[in-house]
Amino acid sequence: MGDIDDIVKEKRVVFVTVGTTSFDVLVRAVDTPEVKNGLFKKGYTDILIQMGRGSYIPTRATAENGSPALDYFTFSSSIADYLKSASLVISHAGSGSIFETLRLGKPLIVVVNEDLMDNHQSELAEELAERKHLYCARPQTLYKTISDMDPGSLVPYQPGDAKPVAKLIYRYLGFPED
Amino acid sequence: MASSNIGVLLTIGVITVLVMRIIYVINRSRKPLHSKSPRSLSTLIVLGSGGHTAEMLNLLYVLQTERFKPRYYIAAATDNMSLQKAHVFEDSLLGKEALKEVGGAEFMQIYRSREVGQSYITSVGTTLVAIAHALWLMIKIRPQVILCNGPGTCIPLCVIAFLFKVLGIRWSSIFYVESIARVRKLSLSGLLLYKLHMADQLFVQWPQLKEKYPRAHYVGLLM
Repeated sequence: MGDIDDIVKEKRVVFVTVGTTSFDVLVRAVDTPEVKNGLFKKGYTDILIQMGRGSYIPTRATAENGSPALDYFTFSSSIADYLKSASLVISHAGSGSIFETLRLGKPLIVVVNEDLMDNHQSELAEELAERKHLYCARPQTLYKTISDMDPGSLVPYQPGDAKPVAKLIYRYLGFPED
Repeated sequence: MASSNIGVLLTIGVITVLVMRIIYVINRSRKPLHSKSPRSLSTLIVLGSGGHTAEMLNLLYVLQTERFKPRYYIAAATDNMSLQKAHVFEDSLLGKEALKEVGGAEFMQIYRSREVGQSYITSVGTTLVAIAHALWLMIKIRPQVILCNGPGTCIPLCVIAFLFKVLGIRWSSIFYVESIARVRKLSLSGLLLYKLHMADQLFVQWPQLKEKYPRAHYVGLLM
């Protein structure tokens, strides 16, 4: 019985996304033995990295004992499909990919890029982490976040609503509010 | 001597009139328009790129589009995705209602004053080109409503719209929605429009910002 369970054990994919630019420090961090082992210990079987324009090429690998399989690509027109099939998402701090992931109800670790000049991005990730919707990490603390995390304890994100803005605009312009 | 005195007086006169007009425009912009339920207003929608565009589309999906027509979309010339997404949005409207109801849409691109990594010397020239281009687009569109949410692409357009108001060329209402990514501080675009009183209404998505900038309207999260 146990053997059959092992054979049909389903894939649990970690999807890593850096967005439209590059974030080599994150890709490099994911490609370290500590992070890969940490993910494997948490039951993840595959790592898929969207590496953007980055120049650091991670090492492709097939699943082995103690280490998940690893694959990568640069860009895709539809990140949504990868997010949907992922069991865990590790993302850059862009608001687009944060909310796309939260709306899909996927556990999320946001890694803040400390090399960006105007680093306002950490504001959003830290605020949402405080509300327990996601985990916020730095590249050098990623392995620790992974080993400490408990995705089940995250609070599901209730999607926002643009209607209050619409109402105020209507009122201001003299349209009836509905 | 006499003629130079007249020149000075004239200059002072013109400046006084302009300052009074600017004060009037700023004060007028604070209050709702009193026009009795306008039928529809021509609307300029400035698409910022990436997350900004996604937030703007979220707003457009709940707006009654028959009130905001015709719609003009402007995105940066280097941003291919945003107008594509606006096209998808407009196509989704055609599925729902007759074209006459929702009104037409036009899509335009605007030059950016400075690309990432561009040198400051050449950016003087490109900034002038960008301003001339923005002016040309605004003369063509002369919108009654401007919806924008950053980043910098919207600033020249808003400044020109404000000048149009001061000069009596066109009255427009400028709505700025600060990005959801801004939790503790307004973005540079938001701060400029707030401090210079150029946005008729400035919306923020986090309560911390409302505390810091009391004239802003807190609307909760859009995404």
